[in-house]
Amino acid sequence: MMKDITIGQYFPGNSVIHRMDPRMKLVLTFLYIIVIFVCKNFYSLGAMVFALVLMVLFSQIPVKTILKSVKPIFIIIVFTAILNVLYTTNGTILFEWKFIHISTGGIYTAVFMVIRIISLVVASSLLTYTTSPTLITDAIERLLSPLKFMRNSVHTIAMMMTIALRFIPTLIEEFDKITSAQKARGADLETGTLVERAKALIPIFIPLFITSFRRAYELAYAMECRCYHGGEGRTRMKQMKLHGFDVVGLVFMVVVTAGVVSLNIVFPHLI
Amino acid sequence: MAILKTENLTYCYSTGTPFEVTALDNANIEIDDGELVAVIGHTGSGKSTLIQHFNGLLKPTSGKVLVDGKDIWESKASLREARFKVGLCFQYPEYQLFEETSYKDIAFGPKNMKLSEEEIDRRVRKAAEFVGVTDDMLERSPFDLSGGEKRRVAIAGVMAMEPKILILDEPTSGLDPKGRDKILGLIKEYRQETGSTVMIVSHSMEDVAKIATKVLVMNSSKVMSYDTVDETYKRADEIMQMGLDVPQITKIFMGLHEKGFPVRTNIYTVEQGIEEIKRIRGQVNGL
Repeated sequence: MMKDITIGQYFPGNSVIHRMDPRMKLVLTFLYIIVIFVCKNFYSLGAMVFALVLMVLFSQIPVKTILKSVKPIFIIIVFTAILNVLYTTNGTILFEWKFIHISTGGIYTAVFMVIRIISLVVASSLLTYTTSPTLITDAIERLLSPLKFMRNSVHTIAMMMTIALRFIPTLIEEFDKITSAQKARGADLETGTLVERAKALIPIFIPLFITSFRRAYELAYAMECRCYHGGEGRTRMKQMKLHGFDVVGLVFMVVVTAGVVSLNIVFPHLI
Repeated sequence: MAILKTENLTYCYSTGTPFEVTALDNANIEIDDGELVAVIGHTGSGKSTLIQHFNGLLKPTSGKVLVDGKDIWESKASLREARFKVGLCFQYPEYQLFEETSYKDIAFGPKNMKLSEEEIDRRVRKAAEFVGVTDDMLERSPFDLSGGEKRRVAIAGVMAMEPKILILDEPTSGLDPKGRDKILGLIKEYRQETGSTVMIVSHSMEDVAKIATKVLVMNSSKVMSYDTVDETYKRADEIMQMGLDVPQITKIFMGLHEKGFPVRTNIYTVEQGIEEIKRIRGQVNGL
């Protein structure tokens, strides 16, 4: 049941986007997210969507997979749309009934917000789809490394993040296994009151915790056996280098940002 | 009468996505009451998928599972009934222990069956006795026990539900030879005493050959054969081609057969081997 989650999943590939420097990808994704909030009208938002479509095409990730990343937040999208339709009252009124007023302004804002949320999610999932978790945490570590005074803790935090991300699929698998085992012993997880259902989770979470602790010990031993002693003096097997296409990506994002800002100035209204 | 039957059972993982895999392809089997079935097949052959259908943990993509002649997916009640009729003990069952004492852990299944206190107590003690868990161990935390003891407590947890069909997935994996023999011995005893149907999933035939009555061979998501141990080992070479191992004694007799000795090749225990050697003794010179 939990195997269907695609958020944060990595799809190996060899596209330009895959090969880009993870640091650059991380920075550009951040930039993209910021710029998407700078957008003030449909023209600039259109430019952002266009840029995103280009990136998706270059990444060679199937559109179906991209759409799947939006699925988990579907309810949030619908909720935002409804709220925006109901609470924006400018423009011509299209429909009125008791306290419900639907105006053109409301619909425009709703559409605007929906596109904005979807682009946000797609952009960030594009990062995780094309970059392995290890590379992302590596990039975070590298980007934060100018903070010299807390350097060692930067490494520790990055290592912790890597390990945490690495074990998410393992834990999900373990969870499914233990659930099946307890179900086979007649555990009833589907019916009963809220309290009963919460109680029914005890036989699953206790073994899960115990397994996790055991695994943590084993991992710690294994790391020590391989002489792990923190970040000091540690060199890398994979050196990160900026390539030509990284620069192209950066230029592309700068152009898009400039475009968005100028479109904002040229068209001061939402539509 | 067949206690367990499947009709055109097919199961696919991740249906509707590009990652769709058929884990079980059109399985038709009929298992009679009281058999001790060994399910063999290498990793990824669909063994685990198959057994998880028997108690309704997995819902077939198509096809039917009949326990005692009743379709288990007919209603919610029939599904729940199947859960208790078919006891499934997963691989490394010791990782599912969670209670404060071994007693409480074994009682988890019977409690879920909503049995009376006395009945639960009777079943727990009986199952514990079966697997050689002492009263002292029952009062202790299952996490203080040794690996083999934990495993036996976990198996007792399924036995205490007194299922008509007991299925064990790799019950001996990760145990030393002594622990392995102990578990296999008690499974055999359990069957003899209760007369219930037992299925053991394994990827090595070495140990199950001695106690099984029937062998179900799985290969690349399909049921290859379901036959007696004798018949199955007549085709030992086919089994080896599937990447499965056969008992060492079988290999010896296959080798002898190849060298021209008039021996049978479906030999899977040392005792049978001795008999066979005795049988051909008079016929071959120099033996």
